Amino acid sequence: MGTRSFLAFLGVCAVIALLAFGLLSKGSATIEVGDKAPDKVLPALEGGGRGSLAEYRGSWVLVNLWASWCEPCRDEAPALEDFYRANRDRDFVVLGINVQDNSEDARAFVGEFRPTYPQLRSVGDERSEAYGSTGVPENFLVNPRGKLALIQRGPVDEQFLREYVDPLIDGGRG
Amino acid sequence: MRRALAVALMGLLAFGLAAAPQALAAQPQVQISDVEDEVMCPVCGTLLELADSPQARREKALVRRLIDEGKSKEEVKDELVVQYGDDVLAVPGGSGFDLSAYLVPAIALLIAVVSLAFGVWRWRRDGDSRSGPPSSGTPDDGDAARLDADIARYDL
Repeated sequence: MGTRSFLAFLGVCAVIALLAFGLLSKGSATIEVGDKAPDKVLPALEGGGRGSLAEYRGSWVLVNLWASWCEPCRDEAPALEDFYRANRDRDFVVLGINVQDNSEDARAFVGEFRPTYPQLRSVGDERSEAYGSTGVPENFLVNPRGKLALIQRGPVDEQFLREYVDPLIDGGRG
Repeated sequence: MRRALAVALMGLLAFGLAAAPQALAAQPQVQISDVEDEVMCPVCGTLLELADSPQARREKALVRRLIDEGKSKEEVKDELVVQYGDDVLAVPGGSGFDLSAYLVPAIALLIAVVSLAFGVWRWRRDGDSRSGPPSSGTPDDGDAARLDADIARYDL
């Protein structure tokens, strides 16, 4: 191989490496039941302060990714609140994470549905990508050891929570 | 009478001067379309001006509100970055991997210019060596023999 061919080969390799890096660095994570739940300290949606999943270690946590513009998120909000109220004495909490939204619309949503469970805010797609999310809403049940016990890529309702989430919480420490 | 007219004119002038800045301030300085073709709908992955998803509609409403508040285009874009992250900008940022969007074309252009200049230089050098003075003297024996053979073949 001549010097010129070798340089051309190096150039092509550099372009391919650049494209691959770009694609991989923008890609979403892939997570499965049994994996450690992604976590990051995030600002609270209202009232200042910060929070993270780690604060609830030892409890069951239903992480709910939502956005104010998403109709299914509106549909599931009352069921989530009811389930939280009914189970918060069983070491269970719902942790709302607002994604792909602007803070004013998000606060208006909270003002409308008045969830009593904690709400954090993630700017843009950062948390969605960490959870390998493809849309909103998505729900992830995290066991007391911080591992994913259930993944629901879509909205939940009262029946789903009763049939799939309740037995896991009932099962104890996961 | 003339004095009263002068006072009235001065009053009108003073009112006009006072009202002008307010009128200018009320006028939106930025058109929505100026912003929408420079930012993305992050959920759709397209320019905001082309998007009509629920998220895009809320983003457009936010842009409209910020413009109504008198924000400049850069201020509107800065607020969108605060709300939706860097991905909301249609033009890549100037740091990290996004920097390659500017560096790669610049480097490619530089390589192309250097290659072209080198090619032209070699072409001119080769041309100069080919267009040198013709060799003087008689053909060697081989050339003479071939010339004789060609003349004989064509019966010249």
